[in-house]
Amino acid sequence: MAVVPVTEDQALAPEGHSSGSWRQHLGSLVFLAPGALWLLFIVIYPAVATVRYSLYNESATSFVGLRNYQSVFSTNAILTTFRNNVIWVLVFPFFVTFIGLVFGVLSERIRWATAFKTIIIMPIVFSTTASALVWRTIFDINPHVGVVNAVVQTVDDWINRPGSYPLNPSEGQTVASLASTGVHAIPGGALESTRTVRPGGTVQMGLTGLSPTTIALLDARAAAVPHPSGRAVSGLVWRDFSPSHPNVTGRVFPDEDGLPNLRLALTGADGTTVATTTTDSHGAFRFTDVPNGAYRVRIVPSNFRSGFTGLFWLGTRSLTPTAGLSQTAQSLLSLPLVDVAMIIAYLWIWAGFAMVVIGAGLAALNREVLEAARIDGATEWQTFRRVTMPMLAPVLGVVFVTMIINVLKVFDIILNMAPGSSQGDANTLALAIYNDGFTGGIHSGLASAIAVVLFILVVPAMIWNLRKIQA
Amino acid sequence: MTEVLAPAPAMAGSRRGVLGWLRAPRVAVNIALVVAALVWLVPTVSLTIFSLRPEALFQQSGWWKVFTIPSQLTVQNYHVLFSQGLAAGGLLDSLVTSLEITIPSTVLVTVVASLAGYSLVFGAWRGRNAAFLVIVGLMVVPVQVALIPVVQLYRNFGSIFGYNPYGTVVGVVLFHVAFGLPFGIFLMRNFFIGIPKDLLEAARIEGAGEWTLLLRIVLPLGLPAAASLAIFQFIWVWNDLLVALVFLGGNVHQPMTIYLYDQTRTLAANYWIISTGAMVSIVVPLIVFFSFQRYFVRGVLAGAVK
Repeated sequence: MAVVPVTEDQALAPEGHSSGSWRQHLGSLVFLAPGALWLLFIVIYPAVATVRYSLYNESATSFVGLRNYQSVFSTNAILTTFRNNVIWVLVFPFFVTFIGLVFGVLSERIRWATAFKTIIIMPIVFSTTASALVWRTIFDINPHVGVVNAVVQTVDDWINRPGSYPLNPSEGQTVASLASTGVHAIPGGALESTRTVRPGGTVQMGLTGLSPTTIALLDARAAAVPHPSGRAVSGLVWRDFSPSHPNVTGRVFPDEDGLPNLRLALTGADGTTVATTTTDSHGAFRFTDVPNGAYRVRIVPSNFRSGFTGLFWLGTRSLTPTAGLSQTAQSLLSLPLVDVAMIIAYLWIWAGFAMVVIGAGLAALNREVLEAARIDGATEWQTFRRVTMPMLAPVLGVVFVTMIINVLKVFDIILNMAPGSSQGDANTLALAIYNDGFTGGIHSGLASAIAVVLFILVVPAMIWNLRKIQA
Repeated sequence: MTEVLAPAPAMAGSRRGVLGWLRAPRVAVNIALVVAALVWLVPTVSLTIFSLRPEALFQQSGWWKVFTIPSQLTVQNYHVLFSQGLAAGGLLDSLVTSLEITIPSTVLVTVVASLAGYSLVFGAWRGRNAAFLVIVGLMVVPVQVALIPVVQLYRNFGSIFGYNPYGTVVGVVLFHVAFGLPFGIFLMRNFFIGIPKDLLEAARIEGAGEWTLLLRIVLPLGLPAAASLAIFQFIWVWNDLLVALVFLGGNVHQPMTIYLYDQTRTLAANYWIISTGAMVSIVVPLIVFFSFQRYFVRGVLAGAVK
C-alpha cells in the first residue's frame, strides 16, 4: 500500500507536549485501545508467531532449525513459485503503469472521458475470483467458447483455408493412411490414382479412415459411379467402408457414401495439372474436353489441411527455450504461457486503478510550468520528457510500488484461472502458503517459512512507504 | 459523476492536453479509446451473456452468436438458482453469508479506525508519531503471514473460553477487521489531521469530554473519509476468497467467492452456475460503486490498495 501525494498532507505532525488533563489522557487511550488490541492479537502477534512456526516441523511439534528454509530454496516446486513471482513483479507493474499513463493522458483529450474512465475502472470492484473465471473462458482452448481462439481461428482460416477433410495428426492420421482402393500417396501430401486414365474412361478412388462427423457435416450422399462419356475423364471418390460389409474393400456398396467437396486435379505424364474440378455430393466428378493422352487424377493436399483448432493459452508451454535443461533450471527459467494469460487478465482488472491515480496526478500538474517550457522554445517532446515526466514521477512511483506489493501477494487469480493441469507451473508464493498450510498434506512449518520469505520481500516496499511519510 | 473521473478543469478549456506533442488528430485518439473501451467491456458482456444462455450451448457455439440469434437468451439459469431459495450452499444462501461477513467487518473497521485515528491526532499521549509509523508499516503485511497462527489462536481461545471462532463467520470478521485497520486508521488519521485543533481546544475549555468532541465535532467533519473507508472495506471484504477459505473451514454456509470457486472443479459443466453466480456477486459491489463513486475514488487516491 502506498501514499498518493495528491491528497491531503500526511506528513508527521509536531508532537506537542502533553498538556491535557488525566481525563483527556484516559479518553484518548480508551479510543486507541480497541484498534491496538486488534492489531496486536491478529496482526502483530501472528506475524511473530509465524517466524516461530517456520522453525518447527509440519505439525509444529518439534524444532527443526532452518530445515524448512532449506526446503524452500531447494524444492523445485517452490523455486517455481519464486520464478512466477519474479515474472509477475518484472512484467506487471511496468505494463499496468504504462497503460494507466496512456489512458490517463489520452482521456484528457476526449469529451466522453467520464464514461471511458468508468468503463476502465469498473473491473476493480469485481472479485478477482469472478474476473478470473471470466478470463478463463476468454482464453478457452475451444474456439466455440474462447473469444481469443475464435478471433485467431477466423484470421487463420481467412489466410489459410482449411480443407474439407482436415487430418487429425494427434491421432496419428496421415494422408497415406487414407488411401484404400485405387489410390496411393505421392510426395507432397497428395493422393493420386494408381492407374492412368484416358478421355472416355473412369476412375474409382476409395478412401478410408475419415471421420463420420466430417462426412455427415458435408451432407454426403450415396456413392454413385458416373457414366463415362466421350471426351471426359469421369470417376468417383468414395468412402471405402460399408457398415453392412465391414471387411470388404474395393467395391462400391449401396450403403457407402461418396465424398463431396474434394478438390481434384488432372495431371499429365509429366506431372503438370491439365484441369481441376470438385466432387459433387455423391462423390462423382468429371473433367470435360480433355485432350487425348494418359492422365492420373490427383486429390490435392489442400483437402487435408487442418484448420486452427485452438491454442491452449492456459497451458504450461514455455515461451523461453528450456529443452535440455535440468529440472531445477527449468523451474527457474521457463515462462509458461498461462502466466502471460493471467497477467493480461490482471491488467484488465488493475489498469483503471493506475489510470485514476495517474489522472489525478496529471490534473494536479502545474500547467504554467508546462506553458513556460513551451514559450521558452521547448519542443512538445522535450516538454513531456523533461518537464511533465519528472513532475509526474512521484505518482508513477506510487502506482509502480503499489502494484509490486499487489503482485507479490497474487493469489485469487492463479487459484481460479489456471486449470488444474497448469496450477503447479503457475503457482506463486501466496498460493503455496495456502496449499502447504491448509490443503492436502498440511505442513505448517514449510508454509510459515514461505510466509516469512514473502514478508521479507515486502519489507523494501514498507521502507519506501515509511520514507515517504517521514519526508 | 464524480469530479475525479471528470476531465480536469484546466483541460476543459484548452484541449491541448499534457501531451501537446502528441498531435494525433482527435479522431485518432477517439477511435483508439473507443477500441480500448470495447475491449474492456468484452469480459463483462460475455459474462452477462453466458448467464443468459442455456447450459447446453456452452461448448457448442460462442456467446457472441446471440448477436445474430437473440432467441438464445433466457433467464432460466437465474430462475433455477433463485428457486432453490435459502437452502444451505445455494446461491442466495451464499449471498446472505457474504452480507453477514461484509457488513459487520465494514462497520467495525470504520468505527474502530475512527476511534484510533482520533486518538492518534487529538490524543495527548507521547509516541503518537511512532504509533502512526507502525500503522503505515502494517499496511503492507500480507494476510498470509498471519493465517496459521490465527487459526491456532482461535483454537486456543476455544479451549479456554469454550467458543472457537474458527469455522464461523465471527472468526472471519475478526480477521478482516484486523487487516482492514492499518489502512483504515491511516485514512482516518490523515483526514482528522486537517481539522483545526483550535476547534477542539475551544470546546474543551467549555468542558466538553472526549466523547462529545468525537461525536459532535470530529465525526461529522470526518464523514467523507469514513464513507471512503467503509466503501473500500466493503468491496475488499466482499471480494475476499482467501480469508474465507481458511477460516470458514467446513462451514455449510459459504460466501459468494467460495460458491464460485467450488464450481471450478467441473468448470465446463457448471459454467451456467458460475456465470449466473458471478453476475449476482458483482451486482452488489457495482451498486455500491455507482452510488458512492466519489468516495470510492477518493479512497483509491488516499491510500492506494492492499
